[in-house]
Amino acid sequence: MDDMTRIDDAIDALLAAHPPATTPPRDFWGAQFDAGLAWVHHPVGKGGLGASPRHLAHVRSRLGEADADQSNLRSNIIGIGMGAGTLLSHADDAMQDRLLRPMFTMEEIWCQLFSEPGAGSDLANLATSAIAEGDQWIVNGQKVWTTLAHVSRWGLLVTRTDPGQPKHRGLTYFVLDMDSDGVDVRPLHQITGEAEFNEVYLTDVHIDDAMRLGAVGAGWSVAMTTLMNERVAIGGNVPERGTGAIADAVAAWQDSDHDDQAMADQLLQLWVEAEALRLTSLRASHARTAGTPGPEGSTSKLHWAELNKAITTFTMQVLGPDGLLMPGGYELTAPTLDEVPVVTPQQSFLRARANSIEGGTSQILRNILGERVLGLPGEPRVDKDLPWREVPR
Amino acid sequence: MTDTATETSPTRTGAATIQDLVLTDEQATLRDVARDFLGARVPMKRVRELMATPSAFDEGLWQEVAAMGWQAMAIPEDLGGAGYGMVEVAVVFEEIGRAVAPLPMLSTIMATAVLRDHGTDDQRATMLPSIAAGALRMVVAVPVAGADDGVEITDTEAGARLDGHASHVIEAVGAEAVVVATGRGAFVVPTDRAGMTVVPMDALDPTRPLARVEFANVAVDDDDALVGDAGDVIDTARTVGAVMLANEMVGVAAGAHAMAVEYAKVRRQFGRAIGSFQAVKHLLADDLVQLEAARSTAWWAARALAVHDVEEVAVAVPVAASLCPATAAAITGHSIQVHGGIGFTWEHDAHLYYKRASAATLLLGSGRAWRRRLGATLALT
Repeated sequence: MDDMTRIDDAIDALLAAHPPATTPPRDFWGAQFDAGLAWVHHPVGKGGLGASPRHLAHVRSRLGEADADQSNLRSNIIGIGMGAGTLLSHADDAMQDRLLRPMFTMEEIWCQLFSEPGAGSDLANLATSAIAEGDQWIVNGQKVWTTLAHVSRWGLLVTRTDPGQPKHRGLTYFVLDMDSDGVDVRPLHQITGEAEFNEVYLTDVHIDDAMRLGAVGAGWSVAMTTLMNERVAIGGNVPERGTGAIADAVAAWQDSDHDDQAMADQLLQLWVEAEALRLTSLRASHARTAGTPGPEGSTSKLHWAELNKAITTFTMQVLGPDGLLMPGGYELTAPTLDEVPVVTPQQSFLRARANSIEGGTSQILRNILGERVLGLPGEPRVDKDLPWREVPR
Repeated sequence: MTDTATETSPTRTGAATIQDLVLTDEQATLRDVARDFLGARVPMKRVRELMATPSAFDEGLWQEVAAMGWQAMAIPEDLGGAGYGMVEVAVVFEEIGRAVAPLPMLSTIMATAVLRDHGTDDQRATMLPSIAAGALRMVVAVPVAGADDGVEITDTEAGARLDGHASHVIEAVGAEAVVVATGRGAFVVPTDRAGMTVVPMDALDPTRPLARVEFANVAVDDDDALVGDAGDVIDTARTVGAVMLANEMVGVAAGAHAMAVEYAKVRRQFGRAIGSFQAVKHLLADDLVQLEAARSTAWWAARALAVHDVEEVAVAVPVAASLCPATAAAITGHSIQVHGGIGFTWEHDAHLYYKRASAATLLLGSGRAWRRRLGATLALT
């Protein structure tokens, strides 16, 4: 029986035994995991069916057609999108069996403890230290921009265990129990007033060596596994034409006097560019399915970030006097897991500034496109071979 | 491939299924064959020789192209054509653009589309096989916005007569027939008919000649008349032409961009390859983003056209037609910039790409005109 038939049979059986309309989401996700439909490319028993990752999108699409709740993919995105693949590659059986299922059912939320005040684009410069003590590690440092930390049970943590090595070589990776003593999570309010992110202070936090992923000193390559996994696990998601930020721009335009021809042309330029980006995502998804991925798969994040800023800025111009206001003011709140916030054009406008910083700044992405896709020579790297502790900072 | 259709929803619209945005093995082979042919037969040296002549046309080369079946691609098989789809034609246009080849394929595909959709049975049966064989070269006089053009039709005792002129007619120098719109339908008129004159214009882009076609008391009769409204005839030519031009522009942009990238790897200043400087690297990276975005729209428009999806064509064509020439003009301009002084010289090829792309931003309608059309379709403006 080929992969496709096995997957379709498993989906049919899942939907028959657990109708999405009458099954609580958490129970459905548990059954989905047990049926091997959480991550079809995982082995049987680990939430998968041992199939090719290119079938992920098919599963998401069929479950979507059956109106199954798939909000876990978004709400526990760090775990399901990035953590699962990391555990699969680097954790032992016992750890996988303990952690994967409650991750998928959202009983346990995950966060990623990578960035630090001194390690943003230059992630390998991170300074949080882990010092061995018997079969434990003692961790001290500060992490920042940690999505979901305030509701997380587990964190994916990269630490420096050997400052005498050059920066990429002295790192070690752990799974951190966020309930541990010495973990202090504080909300980090952004320019919209909301706190989507947190600062996480780690003071003499004890981690069992059993929670280490990969070898001591191999943390960089484990971290790369984490970052590479995101798109694979979530599957190609191509928005409908005219949705997203451009829909807000169109709505604002239609509510306006729309008598400004220059602005009308600007709206259409942005609409065309949004459609071009959408078609490029569609093309990338077709190419991945066909097994012939090309540069179109690497340009979308950069394009989207820059376009989203342009569109949300345009919308404020269309709003005119309302573009001077912040409806509801700046409430210093933190989002919860089950509330879907109402987002105003003003909030979108402000939030968009982060698009070209988070998940790789536009400048770093241009370096990556230039060097890895176009093959241009790299920047000189002055700290590459120096022991980390000797690099000026 | 049975498992791929469900991955994404927007590929299914109306009755026909739009092809995925990847090349099939056959299309990839067609691309490779086209690239090899153009590389061997129309290298830059040949482009320069041809563009120095008023017609930029080589009969021998045209016959080689006919032997490859390019003129026949969009012609039904029972009329001497190859019966390929618009996607395959678009694949060839991307390669023509990459080579900046002075082949009158754009006008030929536009004329083919006009005959296919608006020709009488007799016109189709006589003219399409001749076009397919490379024996008849027909062009379409698509009115250019802002040009002081017009061809009047009047009835005389001896029959109908055409007077006036059409300017900026694409690849008309040396063509055997011209499609022209009048106040009373559109006509196919042989250029050797009494009263016809084709005067070459000095074109910004010497690889794509333009001409002014003059009509002085030119006799036409029912055999010359195309079926349907003249506006529809021109719209068919403009739509098909714009999609192929968009695909050609993807090739032009890709060719100029690749040239700039290679130069940035070898040109050294301040002791480093200039491509290692972020000011240069980021420019080329941004151009890659825009190039791939343009390519997606050009491919999509060709696929919409291929399945005659009228609703999708109404959106996809103005999207590609407004974006691709402008993108190519920007990228080819950046290619000159990255090349620096040498890129501004006549002997360097960078200007050939830049001129081809710059002319394309006006050739079949400005970006703004296409966006107006899109705005009307979407009921946005």
